[in-house]
Amino acid sequence: MQFDTTQLIPVLPEISLLTLACVVLVVDLFIRESQRIVSYGITQVGLMITAAVTLLVSQPGTQIIFDGSYIRDPMSDLLKLGILVISFLAFLYAKDYLRDRDLFKGEFYTLGLFAVLGMMIMTSANSFLTIYLGLELLALCLYALVAFNRNSPHGAEAAMKYFVLGALASGMLLYGISMIYGATGTLRFDELAQVVDKGDLNRLVMVFGIVFLVIGLAFKLGAVPFHMWVPDIYHGAPTAVTLFIGSAPKIAAFALAMRLLVDGLADLHAGWEGWQGMLIILSVLSMAIGNLIAIAQTNIKRMLAYSTISHVGFILLGILAGTKEGYTAAMFYTLVYALMSAGGFGVVIALSRKGFEAENLDDFKGLNQRNPWFAGMMLLLMFSMAGVPPTVGFFAKLFVLDAVVSVNLTWLAVVGVFFSIIGAFYYIRVIKLIYFDEPVDESPLTVGMDTQVVLSLNGLAMLILGLFPAGLLSLCSSAIGN
Amino acid sequence: MLKRDDVDMIALSDYLILGAILFAISIAGIFINRKNVIVLLMCVELMLLAVNINFVAFSHFLGDTAGQVFVFFILTVAAAEAAIGLAILVVLFRSKRSINVEDMDVLRG
Repeated sequence: MQFDTTQLIPVLPEISLLTLACVVLVVDLFIRESQRIVSYGITQVGLMITAAVTLLVSQPGTQIIFDGSYIRDPMSDLLKLGILVISFLAFLYAKDYLRDRDLFKGEFYTLGLFAVLGMMIMTSANSFLTIYLGLELLALCLYALVAFNRNSPHGAEAAMKYFVLGALASGMLLYGISMIYGATGTLRFDELAQVVDKGDLNRLVMVFGIVFLVIGLAFKLGAVPFHMWVPDIYHGAPTAVTLFIGSAPKIAAFALAMRLLVDGLADLHAGWEGWQGMLIILSVLSMAIGNLIAIAQTNIKRMLAYSTISHVGFILLGILAGTKEGYTAAMFYTLVYALMSAGGFGVVIALSRKGFEAENLDDFKGLNQRNPWFAGMMLLLMFSMAGVPPTVGFFAKLFVLDAVVSVNLTWLAVVGVFFSIIGAFYYIRVIKLIYFDEPVDESPLTVGMDTQVVLSLNGLAMLILGLFPAGLLSLCSSAIGN
Repeated sequence: MLKRDDVDMIALSDYLILGAILFAISIAGIFINRKNVIVLLMCVELMLLAVNINFVAFSHFLGDTAGQVFVFFILTVAAAEAAIGLAILVVLFRSKRSINVEDMDVLRG
């Protein structure tokens, strides 16, 4: 069989990123400690090149290559761009933090880039095998990154917890995959959809498989009751790593859910063997537990972790609607959430300095008197997370709720609104601390020029996307297709 | 005395039951174990091997090789995973001087 080299064109973004990761790995060996900025520079330029390549190979149709293991469609193009942009932000915010703590090593960038590669493979997977390999590439890099600060007992403990629970999740997912393989005899999503459509399969084995698949997915997304790892990992990891884990992988997790449930099993959406019911339970519990427990937190990283859990509930709400509007809304929400999360942790990093971690809510007291501009950015980000108009978070929630109402699940929308009102309390508490309390710590913020500019853009994006949401929404809508 | 014809072939369901039992043992091991982190790593490996039994059994009875190819990939990933897990374990032991599961209680709330 002749190998058709034109097949390699849709994979060019992955090839370019893999090359980049290897270049960083090798170049880093030959540079001195004081020139570590070179690794950082190569990483960032390479991410931009990869984004450009992704744009270059993108086109309206769908291409399935490598015997059906890999798919390139408008959804994967948009999500990959999102992942690359958010990773760019994460590396940029992380730079000063790492340098102040003697963690400015080439390994951070190598591991980070391989994680990004894993995310891109997940986004473009068209078979269970590809999606599993992408997922593990991402997960293995993240385990190592969480333990990146070897002298921190918190980091080691968090990494161990993450490792064990992440491996448990992979095991569940694989068990589900093996059952579905047994029931249908295929690993490809497009063939799976055809087999499911014909309908002559062993229902019991199939249901068994879907249950395990959804449990594995819920672990990876961090949905209640499979959320235990999220707060511990966010708390224990170095803030720069928390920022990375809390932003770009959420986009990949959304892609994982879309590929597994929608590409392969869309026909098993409703009904007694469907996945809609399971997602409803996960979504309601995530919104409830996430928002309620976040109120009790005094550590901002833990608070943002529980806030992540509640946002995951909203994203699931869009997916479980099972319509084009629902998927579009969930995609919009995911992209917006990744941007919000990157900005929120970016401010936490900006407040930290050498020998001091701004981890507690009290560290935000009186931020307005210390630096009004950053206080304003945090205000926009918190309003956006709470869903206050005219920030973009409001529209993200609105589109999701609209999609749920249009499939006659109005009670679910009411539950969503109820818990986001409860959630607004702890976001607005941060704003109260920033504007109405006296500062405990008077020292001025020391933030590099690049971080200042990009963080400002990130905060203002919340407002600009909120005033003009139509652009991003139509991008998401055309990416979902039919 | 049993004649050869009385002995049935091993059915697909037997393999699946074996896989399910191994999987259940590994999950129980992860949740019940309160002593040693290394036992957790062993449970994780067992879980992946239980899945492998499923894949090989299905692959054989479906007459499709894709399942067996999947097993090779799972084995490879499991090796990488064990390497990372043990590396984290070394870091953990260096900072805590213990690999007791009950000592991992600093992060909570």
